[in-house]
Amino acid sequence: MSFLELKNVSKGFAGHPVLRDVNLSLVEGEFVAIVGYSGQGKTTLMSMIAGLTRPDSGAITLEGRPVTGPGPDRGLVFQNYSLLPWLTVAENIALAVDAVFPAAPAAERAERVAKYIGMVKLSHAADRLPGQLSGGMRQRVSVARTLAIDPRILLLDEPLSALDALTRANLQDEISDIWQKDKKTVVLITNSVDEALYLADRVIPLTLGPGATLAAPITIDLPRPRDRKALNHEPEFKRLRAQITDQLLGYGARRQQTVTRKLVLPDILPEDLDAPRVNRPPRRPSEEKRETVATL
Amino acid sequence: MHATARTFLVNTACLLAGLLLCLGFWILLSATVAKELPTPAATWEVAKPYVLEPLAKRGEQDQGILRLVGYSLALVAKGYALALLVGTPIGFLLGLSKGFARVFDPIVQILRPVSPLAWLPLGMVLFLSTGSQALENGALFTIAICAMWPTVLNTAVGVRAIPQDYLNVGRVLKLSRTQTLLKIMVPATLPYMFTGFRLSLGIAWLVIVAAEMLTGRTGVGSFLWNEYNNANYGNIIFSILTIGLIGFVLDRLMSVVEGRFKTV
Repeated sequence: MSFLELKNVSKGFAGHPVLRDVNLSLVEGEFVAIVGYSGQGKTTLMSMIAGLTRPDSGAITLEGRPVTGPGPDRGLVFQNYSLLPWLTVAENIALAVDAVFPAAPAAERAERVAKYIGMVKLSHAADRLPGQLSGGMRQRVSVARTLAIDPRILLLDEPLSALDALTRANLQDEISDIWQKDKKTVVLITNSVDEALYLADRVIPLTLGPGATLAAPITIDLPRPRDRKALNHEPEFKRLRAQITDQLLGYGARRQQTVTRKLVLPDILPEDLDAPRVNRPPRRPSEEKRETVATL
Repeated sequence: MHATARTFLVNTACLLAGLLLCLGFWILLSATVAKELPTPAATWEVAKPYVLEPLAKRGEQDQGILRLVGYSLALVAKGYALALLVGTPIGFLLGLSKGFARVFDPIVQILRPVSPLAWLPLGMVLFLSTGSQALENGALFTIAICAMWPTVLNTAVGVRAIPQDYLNVGRVLKLSRTQTLLKIMVPATLPYMFTGFRLSLGIAWLVIVAAEMLTGRTGVGSFLWNEYNNANYGNIIFSILTIGLIGFVLDRLMSVVEGRFKTV
């Protein structure tokens, strides 16, 4: 029996279909990555699994029970961290721990908070506010907060897309380590093919909308633990990366369209201190141009 | 360090220049068009007993300036507390519930611009049954209702501005309604609330003078009005300066408090 299952899930906004007939089935302990272009409904898909939005049609079940709303059994790591800025790192995690394990003794809860702060190597920053942390550190706090509530499944919604490449690589390693230790079921949404290949058991490309859906999954049989440096020279890795990239670019090529829009040039006057002051901004209709740009 | 010392000197010099210009204008005014206006020196003469013995109590109205300010501040504190206690929950309801906002927002918009002078008689009528306390209660009512609006509106704006992400955190953790309110919504709204609180305090201090003038309750406002009636015009200026200074200090204090909540 599948652990997480999406059956013919569709969702639209204001009459425009975003996702159509999405089918997905995960076994317990599996790491699945969904890759696709921005703005094609990846985050919408994640919100539906998290229960924050309801699908228009279709069904989502976790361990056989239908998903009807948000809950701590699905640990969502938000794209923009969503830490509460008035709470310290420890307090942010404690808020989650206290909410999910209200019956546990205070000492046990405190221990749990400390354990997960240690797991993401932030013990030295436990008393700092999110505003005093770098982007990578904030995302680690967010991951720790999610892991601390011991969810049945981990939902990572482009967790690393706002980070620089080096921090991103470090955090990928950390996520990989944590997953190897815990063997939690993970759904990762990402726009990086390399990231998906490095972390996942299966990579599923998301086709282009309107009405995007999941393409056939590609099984990644690379041995674990995966070594980032060695991986770059692995023929199988190169083949998979080329295959997935081609597939995604293929969607893009089919949809290549252009729009013409009004181009308003910035109204910059030359600096001339001797020129008489003009109160009314100069209007130069001749400067109005049109430009043609490719969407995508 | 050197640069900061220089900016300090420049700022002080500018401040002094501003004060001297105003004093000069004042002297000019009392020497030419407004002969009845006391000069700065004459003002200081009449104000002296109130400043030099700030806590003296020579009679019902004849008291040291700090004592008078104290009476006014005590009433402001009560009215202001009332305004916050009533205004904050109303602000939350306006921000949280579309229906509530639809029903009460127009009413708020109509009541908000009403002058304190218009509310005061109504306040006294409302509390007629309290007899000798009617004046005081009427004044309290006026302060509370006039000072309430900035708190109401800023809180409502703050509640509407809570990022959906914060609320989603609460939803994922399945926080109860009370927990979401206390642990997420109130802290997220605090910076807005304190902006409202600061503006409300400014208004409360504006209203107290009008309320005291009309009710005759002892304080800086009634002192000002009595000294006008006694033709001690110097003390009018003295009262104005005092009121301005206290209002300034209150605003500074509140903005320090406000700054501490600007963590977001």
